[in-house]
Amino acid sequence: MTDIAHQPFAENPAELPSARPRMGFFTDTSVCIGCKACEVACKEWNSVPEDGLVFTAMSYDNTQRLSASTWRHVAFIEQRKPIAEQEPGVVHEGAGGHDLRWLMSSDVCKHCTHAACLDVCPTGSLFRTEFGTVVVQEDICNGCGYCIPACPFGVIDQREHDGRAWKCTLCYDRLRADMTPACAKACPTESIQFGELAELRARAAQRVETLHASGVADARLYGADPDDGVGGAGAFFLLLDEPEVYGLPPDPVVTTRDLPAMWRRVAVAAAGMVLAAVAAFVGGGS
Amino acid sequence: MTSDVTREGVRGAVAGRNALTGSPQTTGLHRNRGRGEERMVPDPTFTSYYGLPVIKEPVWHSPDIPLYLFSGGLAAGSSLLGAGAQLTGRHALATRSKVAALLGVGVSGAALVHDLGVPSRFLNMLRVFKPTSPMSVGAWLLGAFGPLSGAAAFSAVTNKLPRVGAAATIGAAAVAPAVAAYTAALLSDTAVPAWHDAYHDLPFLFVGSAALAAGGLGLVTSPTGQASPARLMSTMGWIAEAAATESMQHRLGMVAEPYEQGKAGRWMRAGKVLAMAGAIGAWPGRRSRVLSMLSGAAMVCGSICTRFGVFHAGMQSASDPKYTVVPQRQRLEARGGDGDLGARS
Repeated sequence: MTDIAHQPFAENPAELPSARPRMGFFTDTSVCIGCKACEVACKEWNSVPEDGLVFTAMSYDNTQRLSASTWRHVAFIEQRKPIAEQEPGVVHEGAGGHDLRWLMSSDVCKHCTHAACLDVCPTGSLFRTEFGTVVVQEDICNGCGYCIPACPFGVIDQREHDGRAWKCTLCYDRLRADMTPACAKACPTESIQFGELAELRARAAQRVETLHASGVADARLYGADPDDGVGGAGAFFLLLDEPEVYGLPPDPVVTTRDLPAMWRRVAVAAAGMVLAAVAAFVGGGS
Repeated sequence: MTSDVTREGVRGAVAGRNALTGSPQTTGLHRNRGRGEERMVPDPTFTSYYGLPVIKEPVWHSPDIPLYLFSGGLAAGSSLLGAGAQLTGRHALATRSKVAALLGVGVSGAALVHDLGVPSRFLNMLRVFKPTSPMSVGAWLLGAFGPLSGAAAFSAVTNKLPRVGAAATIGAAAVAPAVAAYTAALLSDTAVPAWHDAYHDLPFLFVGSAALAAGGLGLVTSPTGQASPARLMSTMGWIAEAAATESMQHRLGMVAEPYEQGKAGRWMRAGKVLAMAGAIGAWPGRRSRVLSMLSGAAMVCGSICTRFGVFHAGMQSASDPKYTVVPQRQRLEARGGDGDLGARS
C-alpha cells in the first residue's frame, strides 16, 4: 500500500491521460491573400470592440497594428520586387519593367514559450493554459500596464475606457470545446493553420523546402526555432522577407532573460546606498 | 481512370495551402537583385513597417510614473537619513526625515494606484508574490515600507510609543535601499531599448538620485548644525547619479540617443545642471541657512528632472522602430545569422 505514495501518476503531467499537446498557429504568409477574414472572424467571435476607423493611406491597411481591440492584423507591403505568380511555370513576359509584389501577412500574439507578459504580470492575471497558450484573465487584470512594454513583439495593449490589457486568447473557449480558433476557421486559403505545435513545425519546415526548391529563395520561418530569444513561439510564421519589413522584431528576446542580472545590479546598488548612508553619518561627525 | 477526384483532391489542382508564390523563371531572372547582393552594401537605413513602432509604447503616464519613481526614491533616502539621525542623536533631522519618508511613500503609492487602468483593483497586486515581476516585488516592498514609515513618523511627531517608533525606523531603513533600487529593475524588465539595455547602470542612477533628493530635502528642512550628513549624502548621490548617467550613455551607444534628444534630453540636461549647482552650492552653504536651503531645493528639483528624463527617454525609444530594429539586426549580424529565427533549410 505504501507504494501508492511513490507512484508518479500525479507528478508528470505529460503522462496523464488528460495531458494535452501544445497547440498553436502556423501562419504561412506565402498564401495569404489579404482578405482580412481572420480580422473579422476574430472580432465577431471574441466580441472585440471597434478600435478607430481611420484612413492611413498605407496600402490596404487601415488597422495598422495589433492592439487591445485588434487580435489579428493583416499587414500589406508593396515592394519593387519580382511579381508573384500563383502557379509555377507561368511567366508573364514583359512584366519585368513593372515589378511589384504584395506581401500580406496576418499577425497575431506569438504565445511565446518564455512569455515576458506573463512573467512580469504582478497580479497573476496572465497565465499559461493547458494548451500551452498565454491568456489574460480579465476579472483579475488591474490595468497596471506592465505587460505592454514587456512584450518584445508589441502585441498586448490597454483598452481605452476599460483600462485592462487585452490580447489574443488563441480562442481559449473554442479550444476547450475542441474547435478551431475563429481566425484559422475563417481563413479561405489555409494561410492560418491551427494544430499541434510539433506537427505544425514539421509541416512548416517542409513547406519552406518546397518553396526553396521552386525558387522562392526569400522564404524563411519566423518564431519556429525553440532556441530563439523567446524559446520559440506558439504562433509562428513563414515570411517572404526580413521580419522588420512586416513590423516584427528581427531578434526578439524575452526581457526576463536578463532579470537575474538586473536583480544582481539592484542588490549591489542597494548595498552601495547603505554604505553611503553609513559614510554620511560617520563623515558628518557627531 | 474514371474520375479526376482522388483522395488527395482534384488531380492536377494545387490545394490552397500548397500554392506556390513566384515561378522558377521569374525568381531566377531577378535573383541577383535579391537579398544576397543587397547585403554586400551596408544598408545605411533600416526597414520598418511604414515607420510604425515595433513594440508598444508604455501606457504609463506622466507625471504619475516619474513622480512615483522620484517620491519612492526620496522616501527611501529620507528613511535612511532618519534612521542615521536617530542613532546619532540629531532629533530635528530625524523627525523631519521620517515625515519626509512618509510623505514620499504616500505620494509614491498614490501615483502608482492612480496610474492603474482599474485603480479599484490595486489590491490584486497582493494576490501573488512573483520575483519575475519587479512590480510585484515593488508592491510588497511598498506594502512593508509604507506602514513602517508611517509608524516611525507617527512616533517621532507625537513622541508616543518611542520603542515602537525606533524599531519601525530601523525596519523602514532596512527596506529602504531596496525601495530606492528596485524601480531600476521595474523599468529595465521591459522590451523598451533605452530602459532594458540600461540595466547595468540604472540601479546606480536611481539610488544616486534617491540620495541626492533625500539629502537635498534634509538640507532644506534641517538646521545647519544637524545637516552635515544630509550634505554628504546628497554629494555622494550626485556623484553616483552623474557617473551612472555617463556610464549608461556610453554603454548604450545609439540606443542612448533618446536621453539626449527632445523632451527627455531637456529633462536630463536640466537635472544635470540643477544637481551639480545644488551639490556645489551645498558646501559653502554650510554657514548659510539660505544658501543651504537653495542648494537642497536645487538637488531635489534635479532628481525630479532626471526621473522625468529617464521616463521620457523610454517613451521616445519605444515609439521609434529604429531603436528596436537596428540593435537587433546588428546582434544578428554579429552572430552570423541571416535574420531567420526558424529552421530555414
